[in-house]
Amino acid sequence: MTRRLETFLDSLTQASSLDDLQSSVVRLRDVYEVEHLVYHSVKSTGQQYAALTYDPSWVDHYVAEGFEKIDPVVQGCFQRFTPVDWKRLDWSHKSARTLLGDGITAGLGNQGFSIPIRGPAGQFALFTVNHKASDEQWASFTTEYMHELILAAHYMNERALAMEGSDEIKAGQSLSPRETDALTLLAAGMNRSQAAERLKISEHTLRVYIESARFKLGAANTTHAVANALLRGLICL
Amino acid sequence: MIRYLYATELATFPTLTDTMFRDRATQFRDRLKWDVSVDEKGWETDQYDAMNPLYLIWEKSDGTHGGSMRFLPTTGDNMTADVFNHLTDGVTIRSPLIWECTRFCLAPDATPNTAAALMLGAAELGIGMNLSHSVGVFDARMTRIYKRLGWAPDVLGTQDGISTGLWAFQPDMREKMAAKAEISTLLSGQWFQNAFGPLPMMTG
Repeated sequence: MTRRLETFLDSLTQASSLDDLQSSVVRLRDVYEVEHLVYHSVKSTGQQYAALTYDPSWVDHYVAEGFEKIDPVVQGCFQRFTPVDWKRLDWSHKSARTLLGDGITAGLGNQGFSIPIRGPAGQFALFTVNHKASDEQWASFTTEYMHELILAAHYMNERALAMEGSDEIKAGQSLSPRETDALTLLAAGMNRSQAAERLKISEHTLRVYIESARFKLGAANTTHAVANALLRGLICL
Repeated sequence: MIRYLYATELATFPTLTDTMFRDRATQFRDRLKWDVSVDEKGWETDQYDAMNPLYLIWEKSDGTHGGSMRFLPTTGDNMTADVFNHLTDGVTIRSPLIWECTRFCLAPDATPNTAAALMLGAAELGIGMNLSHSVGVFDARMTRIYKRLGWAPDVLGTQDGISTGLWAFQPDMREKMAAKAEISTLLSGQWFQNAFGPLPMMTG
């Protein structure tokens, strides 16, 4: 886990407006040195918004042409939750090739990876990384950073939901007693097996409680989660 | 063979789908006596089948259902959080790295290797999708089957014969389950790729 994800997540927790979210997307794009990043949220009511680095003229063109109806990325991701490399999608239709050609003319890269996200209450979001690269370079990039990008995508969605005042997210942010206990013991210097033994749970159960707490805290890893919990006064030594 | 299908893709496989939901009725209503709904087609379904879950299905050579399980991400609406939260020690398990697995089902005439083949498919999925764990809801009587397969869950809680438990996606589980199922990981890897394409080997 690289330090850059942690830095990004720390700044993301400060985001409180759509403008902030937009700045976060730009920052994340710069951190990972890719061409473009897109975060697009669709609520069950159909209400939607996006934070993205594409040129506004490309967005206008996309909307004017009604590309969302034929976009293989939309078709291949909507209401799903498994990440997909754009190469896996069906670009054989003439309309899809037009979309790709127009996109590249507008400054998009030839490679893409999209991460569909399911939030509470039927919320859906799509997080896309777009880049100019050879197949080999792209494979090496996705192999190295996929784990971090999945986390970044989901944290951005959590932040967006919290900003909207989502009840589910707010309710989910307080740590349960078990999560608090697990982080407290780690903060006190115990290793996982000692903490699990103390709590009389298996080590995997402990890992899952820590993972659950880590996600609530918007942290990149366990150490980061413990630090966040201490900082917010959720645990004390 | 193993197929990974979203609910929206099931229509392409009518026989497989029909036999899967019928086998679920046989297992959960008739055999395990769970309080489940079965519709006029004889299909056992619940509200989570309507949320476009991902099914992992063992398809027999005649195109019918041999066994299956159902996955949903814990970041969205899911059964463990909605219905069985009292069985997870007060922790609402929610993470992009943890998916819920429910409705583990075997056809009445499933061969002994089918359960292992399903677990192999789950290992491929979990490791391929970069997951750390899966949280499952299952009949407590199934625990011994999982034990025999060599991939027992860490049980979090049990009430009225229903348990929740955790499976860790450790990389060695692919080989272990492949040996139990007597299926090569080359083949199981290929089934995964057929559904999801050559995802990069992700590292945590």
